[in-house]
Formats: sequence, structure tokens, C-alpha cells
Amino acid sequence: MKKVLFIFFWILGVPAFSFAASAPVLNSGDTAWMLISSALVMLMTPAGLALFYGGMGRSKNILNTIGLSLIAYAVVSVVWMLWGFSFAFGPDIDGIIGSTKYLFLGGVSGSDIFPGTNIPVFVEAAFQMTFAAITVALASGSVVERVKFSSWIWFSLLWVTFIYAPIAHWVWGGGWLSKLGALDFAGGTVVHINAGVAGLVFALMLGKRKGYGTQAMPPVSITLTILGAALLWFGWFGFNAGSAGAANGLAGSAWVATNTAAAISALSWMYCEWVVNKHPTMLGAASGAIAGLVAITPASGFVNLEGSLVIGLISGIVGFLGAGAIKRFFKYDDSLDAFGVHALNGIWGALATGIFADPLINAAGKGALYGNPKQILIQAIAIAATIAYTAVGTFIVVKVVSLLTGGIRVDEETETMGLDLAVHSEKGFDL
Amino acid sequence: MKKVEAIIKPFKLDEVKEALIEAGIGGMTIVEVKGYGRQKGHTEIYRGAEYVVDFIPKVKIEVVVKDNQLDLVVEKVIEHAKTGKIGDGKIFIYDVRKAIRIRTLDVNEDAL
Repeated sequence: MKKVLFIFFWILGVPAFSFAASAPVLNSGDTAWMLISSALVMLMTPAGLALFYGGMGRSKNILNTIGLSLIAYAVVSVVWMLWGFSFAFGPDIDGIIGSTKYLFLGGVSGSDIFPGTNIPVFVEAAFQMTFAAITVALASGSVVERVKFSSWIWFSLLWVTFIYAPIAHWVWGGGWLSKLGALDFAGGTVVHINAGVAGLVFALMLGKRKGYGTQAMPPVSITLTILGAALLWFGWFGFNAGSAGAANGLAGSAWVATNTAAAISALSWMYCEWVVNKHPTMLGAASGAIAGLVAITPASGFVNLEGSLVIGLISGIVGFLGAGAIKRFFKYDDSLDAFGVHALNGIWGALATGIFADPLINAAGKGALYGNPKQILIQAIAIAATIAYTAVGTFIVVKVVSLLTGGIRVDEETETMGLDLAVHSEKGFDL
Repeated sequence: MKKVEAIIKPFKLDEVKEALIEAGIGGMTIVEVKGYGRQKGHTEIYRGAEYVVDFIPKVKIEVVVKDNQLDLVVEKVIEHAKTGKIGDGKIFIYDVRKAIRIRTLDVNEDAL
């Protein structure tokens, strides 16, 4: 709700600090919901995404794949509290970056309320941290099975600092995109386009996996992938409904939109496969659910049920094409389709927000269908800005990482042997 | 004595086993095997990428029978393993030079 109110008041030209006029009060119901939401979103990274991705890789790389999510979570957990939160959500400096007000969370007490909300600064920092962590971990889907582990740790640290934090500030922290009126309820641009584009750039810089396109690379366990998808779906209620920032009707509306879009998207991706490949695969259904969750994310607090159905229905098709036809046509190796599923559906969801935002659901958002076609243009600007900044920024970050770790890719022997044994000296399964 | 090796579809195993018991065969050995013949493999699809898996699971039954049981056993296996579709499997028959029961040292037909 906080982000939405920010945007709303910016549109009206009312300074956000007008909230200060009435002293902010801690609301224990909102705080409880946001603590739970933070815990739900936390689960998405080291459990949900880790298993979703882990099950899709080859058996020799499952631990390393899970490890990229786990370690991204650990690195971002520290970085975010030290400086990430401050640069993203500290008071705005020229629309570009947050200030150092919350650096190291210094001087923050348990009774300090985050501006524009009724919850403590600590809770807001924790909630936002879980978003930063999953965004980094999402990008790993493009680079698994060949990225050097040390490179990944440095990437997590630098990328969340220099790419994620500024974009989060632009959209949610009172930066230039939020002043422009860009709508992103729970992270279509900040999380999904950002992660998907970063993943693709990183993957292109790494090169294809050895044997890609000539050798079969079947997933180790679709069962784990589906369990991971289910945990992601579960956590996503915190992600989207939690982005209301309060325990209220908007959170309920976002919950319904989220679940509906995910469900119909699972069906639509599966149906596409049934028609094209003659079999309704469960990997397709699970991927479809994730595609729907991604697409509804920016729209979840703005659209009505009909909007969520259309968004979900199309997201299954977008994901199916992104992970299949588009990837094959351009011949890049986006290992687990971070770009095909997350970036493409993030783009679709962000545009769809500009189309379907219903002022009856949320007065802060009015889409083209409700007489405000300009919103699509604003959404397109936010998408383009995010893609451009992420693409260039990620390129630079990866170059720096390469210098720090002496290359970003494991050697051929390690890749052939499998990263689990070669890097970690462990096996995921002993069958 | 003859050894009959029958490679059959896994779902037909129970039916064939019952038939062989009925035909008076006292024991058998089962191996889960993978391979391909005219049926070739099957296709797996993951996110639109198709993989052709050459080796498909089958069950191999091994039984050693008296010479006069051979025709009956082969007939029973064919009768119960056949679906009429591709991939029903094959039967191989070998001569057995000697059989010994380890516990009692019975030999040949007494050992079966």
C-alpha cells in the first residue's frame, strides 16, 4: 500500500512527507501480516526456487544449482541490511538513488515507523530484503551448470548493490519512475524483467553449456521442480498480497488475482504443449504456474478478476513460446529459462497493468480500458528503462566479476564431471 | 535341458509367471533390463525440447526346463506376453550342459 500511496500522492503533486502531518501509528495487524509475508517470501528462495531450478538441471549439478539460490539469499541478506535497503528506500536523492539514512540500519529503533506505512522500519527492511534476494537468485536460472561459484558470490554482492537497489528505488523508493506514475505492484519490472534480462546477459557472456543442442540434458527430477513450483506459488501470496503493505482488502484482492492468474496460466501452458507436442507435460504445467505468477505480479494490486484471467491465460502462451520457440530461434543457452519465463512475462505483466488497471480495485491505478491509455506508455518507459539499465549494468558487473575471480566459467573438466562433485565435493543423489 | 530367455513387456510379467507355474515350471529368474529392437526408443519432452531415449525398460525371464517341457513353455510365454503391438519382445533358447543344486548337489533334471 505504501508504494501505491506514494505513487498516488506524487500524481496529485502532494509531497509524500505530508504523511508526517499526522504522526504515523504502528498497526499491529499490518505488522503481523508483513512479518508473515516476509517469511512467506523468504521461503521462495532457498526452498521454492532452489527446488524448482534444482530439479530442472542435470543430476550432476543439482546441489550447485540449489546452492546458487541459497548463497544468493545469504549474500543479499547481509548486503541489504548493511547498505542495500538504504540506497533503495532511504529518502530520495534526485529521483536516482536513496540516501544513506538507513545505512547499517544505524539509529533505527523498534518504534520507528517506515514513512507512508503503519509498520516498523525493521519489518519493511526485512520484507524488501526477501525481494532483493529472490531477484538475484532468479537470474541464476540462466547461468547454472557452468558459472563459477566464486563468480556467482561476487555477482550477487555487486549486482544487488549497483543494479537492483537503484531500480527498486526508481520504481518503489520515490525515484523517477514512480514520479512518472509507473505502476508495479509487486515487482514486474523491479524483480522479473530485471532478473530475466540480467540472466540473459550473463548467460550470453558465459556461453552455452558444453554439449548444448547436441546432447540430451534431461532434468534430474520433475518431482522436485513441481514441489519447488508449489512452494513458490505459496510464497507468492506474501510477495503479491504482502505488497499491499497492510492487512486489508487490497491484500485480499491481490491474493485472488495472484492465485487465479497462476492457475489459468498452468492450464494454458499445458494446453499449448498438448496441442503442439501432443503431451500435457507436468513440467509445462508447473512452468505455466510460475509464468502466471510472474505476469500477475505487477498487476496484482490493480486488476480485477477478469484482468487476472486474461493476464494469466496469455502468460502461459508467452512462457511456452519464450522457453521453446524463441530460445531455439535465437540459439542462446538460457539454461532454465529465466529470460523466457521471467523477463518476457514481466514485460507482458507490466504492459497488461497499463491496460487492465481498474480504479475500482485500486484508485492509484487507471489503465487503458478505464480511459487512461497513457498508462501503457508510462509502463513501456519503465520497461525500457529497466531493460537498458540492467543490460548495460549487468555487462559491467560481470566484467568486473571476471577480473575479480579470474574468469566466470568453470573449466571443461569440472563442467563434464558435474559441479556438485568438482566444486563442492558432494553428491545430490547416490542412486 | 534348455534355457529359455524371454524378453517381454514389464506389464505382462505377472500373467506369464502364472502361466508358467500352471505349466509346472518350478522356478524362474527375473532381470529388469533396458534395450531396443524394432520398437526403438521413446520420446521425452522437457519444455519443448525433445529427447529420444533409445533404451526402454523390459523384463527378461530366464527359466531352465526339461527338453519335453520346452514347447509348452514357449507356447505359454507367447500366448501370455503377446499384445500384437510392436515391442512384445523375443524368446531365445539355449542348450544347457549341466545344472547343479548347490544345497543337495542334485544334478541336471533333478536340480531343476
